[in-house]
Amino acid sequence: MTDQAVQGEVGRARPRKEDARLITGQTNWTDNISVNGLLHMAILRSPMAHARITRVDVSPALERPGVVAAFSGADLAEGLNSLPCAWPVTEDIVLPDHPPIAVDEVRHAGDPVALVVARDRYAATDALEAIEVDYDPLPPVLDLEAALADDSPLVHSDKGTNRCYVWPLKTGEDFDSVRQRAEVTVKRRYVHQRLIPNAMEPRAVVVTPLAASGEYTLYSATQIPHILRVMMAVVTGIPEHKIRVIAPDVGGGFGSKLQVYGEEALALAVARRIGRPVKWTESRSEGYLATHHGRGMIQDIEIAANRDGKLLGLKVDLLTDMGAYLMLVTPGIPILGAFMYPAIYKMDSYDFTCTGVFTTRTPTDAYRGAGRPEATYAIERIMDELAHELGLDPVELRRRNWIGHEEFPYTSIAGLTYDTGNYEAATEKALALFDYDKLRAEQADRNSRGDTVRLGIGVSTYTEMCGLAPSRVLRDLRYAAGGWEAASIRMLPTGKVEVITGTSPHGQGHVTSWSQIAADVLGVPFEDVEVVHGDTKAAPQGMDTYGSRSLVVGGSAVHHAAVKVVDKARKIAAHLLEASEQDLEFSGGVFSVKGSPDARKTIQEIAFETFTSHDLPDGLEPSINAEHLLDPENFSYPHGTHLCAVEVDTETGQTRIRSYVCVDDVGKVVNPTIVEGQVHGGLAQGIAQALYEEAVYDDEGNLVSGTMADYLVPSAPDLPEFTTERTETPSTTNPLGVKGVGEAGTIASTPAVVNAIVDALRPFGVDDVRMPCTPERVWRAVRSGMEASA
Amino acid sequence: MIPPAFDYVRPTSVDEAVRALAEGGEEAKVLAGGQSLLPLLRLRLAFPELVVDVGRIPGLRGVREDGDMLVIGAMTTHHDVVHDPLVRRHAGLLAAATATVADPAVRHRGTLAGSLAHADPAGDLPAVVLALDGEMVAQGPRGRRTIAARDFFVDYLQSSLEPDELLVEVRLPKADGWGFHYEKFHRVSQSWAMVGVAALVRRADGHIAEARIGLTNMSSVPLRATATEQALTGAGDAEAVARAAESAAEGTHASQDASATPEYREHLTRVLTRRAVLAAAGMG
Repeated sequence: MTDQAVQGEVGRARPRKEDARLITGQTNWTDNISVNGLLHMAILRSPMAHARITRVDVSPALERPGVVAAFSGADLAEGLNSLPCAWPVTEDIVLPDHPPIAVDEVRHAGDPVALVVARDRYAATDALEAIEVDYDPLPPVLDLEAALADDSPLVHSDKGTNRCYVWPLKTGEDFDSVRQRAEVTVKRRYVHQRLIPNAMEPRAVVVTPLAASGEYTLYSATQIPHILRVMMAVVTGIPEHKIRVIAPDVGGGFGSKLQVYGEEALALAVARRIGRPVKWTESRSEGYLATHHGRGMIQDIEIAANRDGKLLGLKVDLLTDMGAYLMLVTPGIPILGAFMYPAIYKMDSYDFTCTGVFTTRTPTDAYRGAGRPEATYAIERIMDELAHELGLDPVELRRRNWIGHEEFPYTSIAGLTYDTGNYEAATEKALALFDYDKLRAEQADRNSRGDTVRLGIGVSTYTEMCGLAPSRVLRDLRYAAGGWEAASIRMLPTGKVEVITGTSPHGQGHVTSWSQIAADVLGVPFEDVEVVHGDTKAAPQGMDTYGSRSLVVGGSAVHHAAVKVVDKARKIAAHLLEASEQDLEFSGGVFSVKGSPDARKTIQEIAFETFTSHDLPDGLEPSINAEHLLDPENFSYPHGTHLCAVEVDTETGQTRIRSYVCVDDVGKVVNPTIVEGQVHGGLAQGIAQALYEEAVYDDEGNLVSGTMADYLVPSAPDLPEFTTERTETPSTTNPLGVKGVGEAGTIASTPAVVNAIVDALRPFGVDDVRMPCTPERVWRAVRSGMEASA
Repeated sequence: MIPPAFDYVRPTSVDEAVRALAEGGEEAKVLAGGQSLLPLLRLRLAFPELVVDVGRIPGLRGVREDGDMLVIGAMTTHHDVVHDPLVRRHAGLLAAATATVADPAVRHRGTLAGSLAHADPAGDLPAVVLALDGEMVAQGPRGRRTIAARDFFVDYLQSSLEPDELLVEVRLPKADGWGFHYEKFHRVSQSWAMVGVAALVRRADGHIAEARIGLTNMSSVPLRATATEQALTGAGDAEAVARAAESAAEGTHASQDASATPEYREHLTRVLTRRAVLAAAGMG
């Protein structure tokens, strides 16, 4: 769609208002913030996965130059409560204590043990080396299955088990009976490696205390300033109204900053203790140990079908790695996926169980997609296995099972009501762009020639639940907070507009998109809108940014608030134009009287009239500002079809992505450039899981891939040209018709790539390659396939 | 990522640098482009007491000819090497391999001599200079000496430079008329080579008259695949090259890490050697 075809702002590919300052760095990142008397905090971390702390002596650190204070965990224990888990998914979940700094036991490499506060960062880091700690090693707990055995060492010995929870969901016909009547069943085990989120900006926190009033300002590179404020009050006991949280410009999160971190509480506690401002910034390798990880899951999945490909049922058993502690939403991540395994398909039976397991590794939590990529991976991988078993083209198998566009709204077997979708349209468009039939012909040719380089074609469809979330659903899922979002709009006397949002962008471009939404409703120029966010004093209410929720919930709230502004302005316009409200038209920011186009008032004029309040209707409040808090009625359900062609060098195992086509349906699009950027970034991260990234631990529980030299984040030269297109089936559950796009690319690309690799290797009898599909793993798969057939 | 404290000097002549190194002894480290030393400092894997920055010494940067030799000054950056017409004409293998080093930012700061002195067997350039039969010129309190590449790399991150010696020049015999290819295998473009093969081939009468093959990351030092080099003499077709490449991993001691096992690295060495030689010989 070209810009010229777009009426108004929504749909226009506006360059982002944020770009000038973000790209040039002429802005405030948390680590740039400096205040008088600022001290720097450095944290000593456990070098062991699991040990009792028998002695900590910080006094030698106090002798080091520039050191102001040093504390052990015991020194800080009083006045610091356990870090919160806001999502206890079952009534009998095991909720271990999680001190912000370890007191008597460390449970993963990187667990904080002691800290130093000094005049500069170098002095603080140097002084850590003087702290003396004695550890009594305890056995690490690393294997998810072994951890559940009766004789396993325990991560939390006071709990008597490493089993955190068991969460079942059974719907439709009993799976055992479905299995009995099924003509075909396929069962597989898939493993999701642990991933490290790698936001471009490391975490950082600055706390400035105001001793006279007992107030604290906490700056943090966080996705969730509002939730953080509540939780800091809970953890430190400082009254909530005495805490102001500011998320300045934040350089990415991918879920890793959807968290309440011990370091945030420690900076606050230390600033309170010594009455001085304190800063802490993690180094990249420190972040690899201390910032939460993503994924980490074993999936046993079984699918039952008839010979014609008709799906009958699905059984899913998950073991998910919680890591050492439950962080903000750790237990809920796989539950976000629980509803997505049936994906876009119709079936009669669904049997899901998730078991959370403690290990002595860095805690896991949300990472781009959060449960939904895992679900999509498993169903889309096993759909390919079933297609192979049945001798069907994988696209055809999907076609025979997906929900038809005429069947919406459709309630899935997992109980979600998908409002709209058109899987046929997205798939047809993707197939055409990809030139599917031609690639299949080339593949057959290479196979028949026994070419060293094989071609593989991978398909992945997907849907996801975005727009988190209806608060009552969250209640039913035992999540501790609501899912609403807040927006308010201030009409300034000069006709300019401030939009105050409760979302907290960290790269998503909300300032631009929210400006477009408000400009359209209010009829003001895009340039006249400013968006205020990320400060609990300036934007006091909000539920922040994660889970592709911001546009669907927060953007819709902006829309509703703007409509309220227009409604209020209409009353004043009617008064000034001496007409009835019903006789007024509002278009392009102008109120005019029907039939007398010369009788008109702009919304800017109304704003000024409201400011002076010289001539308002009797009894009318002198304001056209408005606020709207929106609790969504349903999730939104983006969907799409991704196709990937890979060339696999069977001699070396090297995989090269030759072409990648995705057609995503994210509903109405506010800003096509931002959407495309989200898709590109999402694809990069999803492909990274398939091919490159893995947090590798040794048998002692040490993180082996502890720097960016060992943890392989791909960059532009490693990625193919993406062909990104869209279909547009508007959501019916919000006024904008939008669905969310932050996670789509990550969700669909991982299975598309792995399906393509397995497809390339089918002639060698290969039916799986474990992620990441390293060259060696691919080479070994080929070799064992060749040996098996020899 | 906070380096430990160290003293820093920035000499303006080689003599001054050598004096500083002599005074610093074992605890002194040379800083050239900083692309190896700075990461080690930031990860607190190196704790020098003195850093001697040779970046402002005049006359160390640039490429010149000296008869049949090409002379590359110690502060010549990777970017300079890639684009230098003399290097491209007389040591195309070095230009080609250097173009694969890390990313443009690193290539604009990192230096050839720094990479060689760092002696990381996973670096691309040690194996290339070994294949080119290069030599290093070191200057110390006792004057200058020339060290052949085969004697220069002693162990992992260890060269035969004395602590008070500065590598001032890299000398390469002109490889005019040799076909060349650097076959680098890595998982992402910015990661070190899992295995690299530097091949130089001289052909006569349609056959391989002479071949030199350097191996990256197949031992604690860069290696020459001598068995394959010998077996290639007289090879006239792809099949003969393939047979010769079967012995490419002889004498290697590959390491195990999160990306690959030694067995796989040895397999890659054989495959990549075949490919590199075929490409260098124009037989691909």
